[in-house]
Amino acid sequence: MKRRDSLKALTLSSLGMAVGPAEAAVPAPPDKKVPLKVPGGRQAFEAERDAKLNAEKFFTPAELKTVTLLCDIILPADAKSGSASQAGVPAFIEFMMKDQPANQTPMRGGLAWLDNQCRKRFSKPFADATKAQQIEMVDLIAYPQKATPAMSQGVAFFNLMRNFTMTGFYTSKMGIEDLGYMGNTPNNWDGPPEAVLKQYGLLK
Amino acid sequence: MDSFHIKETPTVYDVAIVGSGAGGGMAAYMLAKAGAKVVLLEAGGYFDPADPKYITQLKWPYESPRRGAGTTRAFGDFDAAWGGWQIDGEPYTAAAGTEFHWFRSRMLGGRTNHWGRISMRFGPDDFRRKSLTGVGDDWPITYDDLAPYYDRVDKLIGVFGSKEGMRNEPDGHFLPPPKPRLHELLLQKAGKGIGIPVIPSRLSILTKAINNERGQCFYCNQCNRSCQAYADFSSSSVLCIPAVKTGNVTLINGAMCREVLTDPQTGQATGISFVHTGTLQEHTVRAKAVMLGASACESARILLNSKSARHPDGLANSSGVIGKYLNDSTGASRSAFVPALMDRVRYNEDGVGGMHVFTPWWLDNKKLDFPRGYHIEYGGGMGMPSFGYGMNMENMNGKYPYKNGQTLPAGGYGSRLKEDARRFYGAYIGMAGRGEPVPLESNYCEIDPTKVDKYGIPTLRFNYKWSDYEVKQAKHMQDTFEEIISSMGGIPLGEKPGPNTNHGYGLEAPGKIIHEVGTVRMGNDPKRSALNAFQQAHEVKNLFVVDAAPFVTQGDKNVTWTILASSMRTSEYLIDQVKKKNI
Repeated sequence: MKRRDSLKALTLSSLGMAVGPAEAAVPAPPDKKVPLKVPGGRQAFEAERDAKLNAEKFFTPAELKTVTLLCDIILPADAKSGSASQAGVPAFIEFMMKDQPANQTPMRGGLAWLDNQCRKRFSKPFADATKAQQIEMVDLIAYPQKATPAMSQGVAFFNLMRNFTMTGFYTSKMGIEDLGYMGNTPNNWDGPPEAVLKQYGLLK
Repeated sequence: MDSFHIKETPTVYDVAIVGSGAGGGMAAYMLAKAGAKVVLLEAGGYFDPADPKYITQLKWPYESPRRGAGTTRAFGDFDAAWGGWQIDGEPYTAAAGTEFHWFRSRMLGGRTNHWGRISMRFGPDDFRRKSLTGVGDDWPITYDDLAPYYDRVDKLIGVFGSKEGMRNEPDGHFLPPPKPRLHELLLQKAGKGIGIPVIPSRLSILTKAINNERGQCFYCNQCNRSCQAYADFSSSSVLCIPAVKTGNVTLINGAMCREVLTDPQTGQATGISFVHTGTLQEHTVRAKAVMLGASACESARILLNSKSARHPDGLANSSGVIGKYLNDSTGASRSAFVPALMDRVRYNEDGVGGMHVFTPWWLDNKKLDFPRGYHIEYGGGMGMPSFGYGMNMENMNGKYPYKNGQTLPAGGYGSRLKEDARRFYGAYIGMAGRGEPVPLESNYCEIDPTKVDKYGIPTLRFNYKWSDYEVKQAKHMQDTFEEIISSMGGIPLGEKPGPNTNHGYGLEAPGKIIHEVGTVRMGNDPKRSALNAFQQAHEVKNLFVVDAAPFVTQGDKNVTWTILASSMRTSEYLIDQVKKKNI
């Protein structure tokens, strides 16, 4: 800001007026927005909020790359189901950072902490390290009871990543199928199957 | 149109009802069926659980960008309550050193759209605690006064349960209860060993159809989303919508009640002044009688704000009792991991929304160091995952060997976490005590002298502290939880809540259980109560309160069934009084 501009701003704000009185009396022109379609089951303010959050970006491309790598280290594909990124977990984490902003600093700071550690060890940020180096680093922070005190911030960050990856995966279609949840559909409940009652010694 | 003028509807209705929850909904239903012309004022929007516009039932977690997290709704994206403990523009405060959390649901049907459907009658003892224990107060009515109305509510709305013949847990007209789930069978077995009864729960969910308007439960476990088949009791679907269909009810949504209007000469209620939440236009409606069913605290607020020369302390408040004796259920909880439930066979065990079994109060307070009882609610099972599922695995997965017998250090990453999610699924149980507090005059809400909401209506200030009675009760709950968990072979999670946890032994903050009652007391003595035994104001014969504000106590029974029975009784009393030309 130029000095003259800052003086101007100072004058107006010190008088408690952002705009002059004549201007303030004129109503703002109507906002010609395309009305938002509210999805079923949402309140209008919620739909507006979701649309606003979806239009924002939190992660930088570099951060998103690291997040995706970590997600797939935490939950890789196995014989039964795909990996966290195949289930859309990085996009879910991106949304949650905007939806619950208290997570932003631990997440962003944690990623920066991780890159800093990797630079010290391997002279590269996490994403550019070799697979073996990435695992070497993760092993230092993935086990809360084994980690050294010097790694405690990294442990907290990895717990956060593990939590979001797990919950993102198991609330996705892929994760729910892996888990074997069979409900959320009209049915008739008639007690546990007989074989189960037998297994637990509950057959009368 | 000149928006500076108050809009007055020329019609004089027979009755103006404020609030469309259990109390207001039942009053609207009863009065409309009897042919009265009713105006039903609801501060929130229209809601019909069967309209796709509003349906969240049977949606999957991934249909929510936050996977059902509670960012904008306290109980998550799919919960049917619009509102919560905090609503933009509708603040409240608490006096220094005290605390109360006020949950409001602004919509047709109010909080009944998402509630637990726990539908217990009060027992005979619940109406006469003072006589029995010397602590608290008796009701001006007895169980026998209300029993015929409980019977009719059972049949009109439907409730499942089992005949148990327990004296203070009166049986009703029950639909068949759902069979217990696996963890509930194990809880029953565990209870048997230690003398704690675990019996079928009593929920207002239709396990059998009772009429052509409402469907039968299809076991999706989602009553908190309000049922599109109308198979649960929501005031919207079961009372308000049928009441409107009679043609006798004018429903006004977005009607935020400012005050009850009175005639300066007679002192009688003449109608309601409200502000429309959408247009901010001021309105009045005229009626020959007024019924408040706005919820305990909101009805107290309306009466305290209805000041006039004749009623300087608020309407119907010569006793000064309005706002006092505010009380919420006590609540404390614990969860556990049950190793025997690891690696479960998968099947659909959704069941009804909520527990299939519960523990009614089973002990004698005369032998205990606290004067009131509690019941225990249970949770568990292979439920639909939602936000939070799978978190904190590092606290669990280092403790139990994998199938190959190997134990791995806690936390970690990789395919073992998938094995963790699979093996621990459905192996947790939770239990929560819900207890009766002792209502105290020193726990109250009042009008905050300096604050208004965005409609310019003076707001509430709360003064609430738990007493030693409730803290001791919470301690007993915690001891009992560990006893049950241990009898079941479970491992309690986290530290046992001690005297410094929450409000003592994990006791939840006042208002968190959302069972507040007592703020516009009924009684036989006009000096100590605002309403008579029919919930009619002592001083204003055409003014009634039909929510839980009139209740002298709340038992440990969840008050909705009593709100419904009392509102039905008061509605018939009003009809009778009109017929006798007393009103």
